[in-house]
Formats: sequence, structure tokens, C-alpha cells
Amino acid sequence: MTTQVAPAPIPTFDQGDTGRKLAIICSKGNLDMAYPGLVLANAALGEGVEVHLFFTFWGFDMITKKTMAHLKFTPLGNTATHMPQGLGGIPGMTAMATNMLRKQIASVGVPDVPDFLEQIKASGGHLWACRMSADMMHLGKEDLRDDVEAIINASEFIEMTAGAQLLFI
Amino acid sequence: MALATIEGTQVHVDDEGFLTDYDEWSEDLAQVLAARIGIGLTEPHWKAIRFLREDFKQHGETATIRRITTVGGIPTKDLFTLFPKQPAKKMAYIAGLPKPRGCV
Repeated sequence: MTTQVAPAPIPTFDQGDTGRKLAIICSKGNLDMAYPGLVLANAALGEGVEVHLFFTFWGFDMITKKTMAHLKFTPLGNTATHMPQGLGGIPGMTAMATNMLRKQIASVGVPDVPDFLEQIKASGGHLWACRMSADMMHLGKEDLRDDVEAIINASEFIEMTAGAQLLFI
Repeated sequence: MALATIEGTQVHVDDEGFLTDYDEWSEDLAQVLAARIGIGLTEPHWKAIRFLREDFKQHGETATIRRITTVGGIPTKDLFTLFPKQPAKKMAYIAGLPKPRGCV
């Protein structure tokens, strides 16, 4: 008896050639809120998608040299920690919660924010800073990570991300 | 998992064509798999593929780009040059391993 064995299929790679583009607006400077944008940017790059990250308002802390390695996490106002809200206000609680979250993130092999941005750049991602935020906070290009491509205004961002899928975080 | 042939060799593959049996892989087969997705394997390619094979043997999971860079010592940028667009999946395919499970 002979059995017919079919040839193996070939996976469909390079779907990135469809010109898919993703723009992520990072507007938060809390440690926990920095990660969703970074994880998704990284995943999209790994799928061959063109990715632009635009940092605005508190999101500036993610790319400002002085603050990017020191983002914090607070249980205050975050009911998902399932702690009595009063505890969040105790001195030292933010530092403790930040430490714990950092350890949890590291334990799953996920890099800290500066390293993660470096990986995103190495994977071909683009980093942009918001003009209005820079002006408000009196920050210039020299205060930001060297791999931030430019400080651009809102209309430049809109122009640059024509046809892109957009995430606001 | 279905039995299928890749240039005359019988192997087990999933619906997409990824090998599902670690031991059915060989370096010769890797050359064939790479060629099918348009990649000619050079020494730098092999360094990544061998790391993936070894790492999977030890940990039972396909290494992510992050892990290949931090543990395997191959810069992320190089991986995107060697295996364009979708490096993690392309490497897994050539190395006869499942797609990476981790997010980062």
C-alpha cells in the first residue's frame, strides 16, 4: 500500500511588503504606561511593519535623558493593584511599588525603558518628539536621547503618518 | 501534525509548514528551508540558527530576538539584515522550531 505524502507548505513571510504602517503616540510617563507602546512597537517591527513612535506630554519622560531610566509606578488612583487606596499615599510606597514592578518586568526578560528603545531603534523603528511639549518643558534636542530623529510639530506628525494605523497611549 | 515532504525528505510540519519534530531537522534541511524563503545561509546566519537550536534544546522554547541578542550575543540590527522583515519567524522556520511564544 502506498500513501501519498503532500509537499510541505511554505509559510507566507514578508507580509510587511503590503506597506503596513503603525504610529504610536506615547503620552504617559508612568513606568507601567510606558510599556504597552514599547511592546507593540517591538512586535510590529518584528512583523516587518514600519513603526513611528511620537512622544508627547508626559511621554517625554521616556526619551528625556534625565528621566528615561527613572520612570515610576504608583498604586495611587490605580484600583487594579487591589490595595486600600490610603496605602498608596504612605511615604516610600511609590518607590517600593516601582521596585517591585521593575523586578517583575525584568523577570519575564523584558528590558528597561532605555534598553527597549535601543532595541526598537535597532529593529528599524523611528522616534519623534513633540514640538509643543519640548517648548513647554524648555527641552531641546540635546536633552533627549540621541536616537530621537527630530522634534516635530503635530501637523508634521499627521503628514508623516498618512495611511498609518494609530494608537494613542 | 501532518507528514509532508520537503524535497524528498519526509518530515512532520504544522499547517504553515514549520517543522514540529526537533529531531527531524538537519543542517542540510536548513539550507533547503532557507532557500525556500529566499535566504542563502552564510556563517553569520548559521551562528543565529545554531544558537536557536542549542537554546531550544536547553530551555524548550524558541528564543526571541531579545534573547538572541542578549544571550546569543548577535546584535538585533544584524538579525534584521540577515533575516529581513520578520527575523524571529524566519529564523524559527529555518531552525525547524516553533515560532517564538514570548512577546519581547
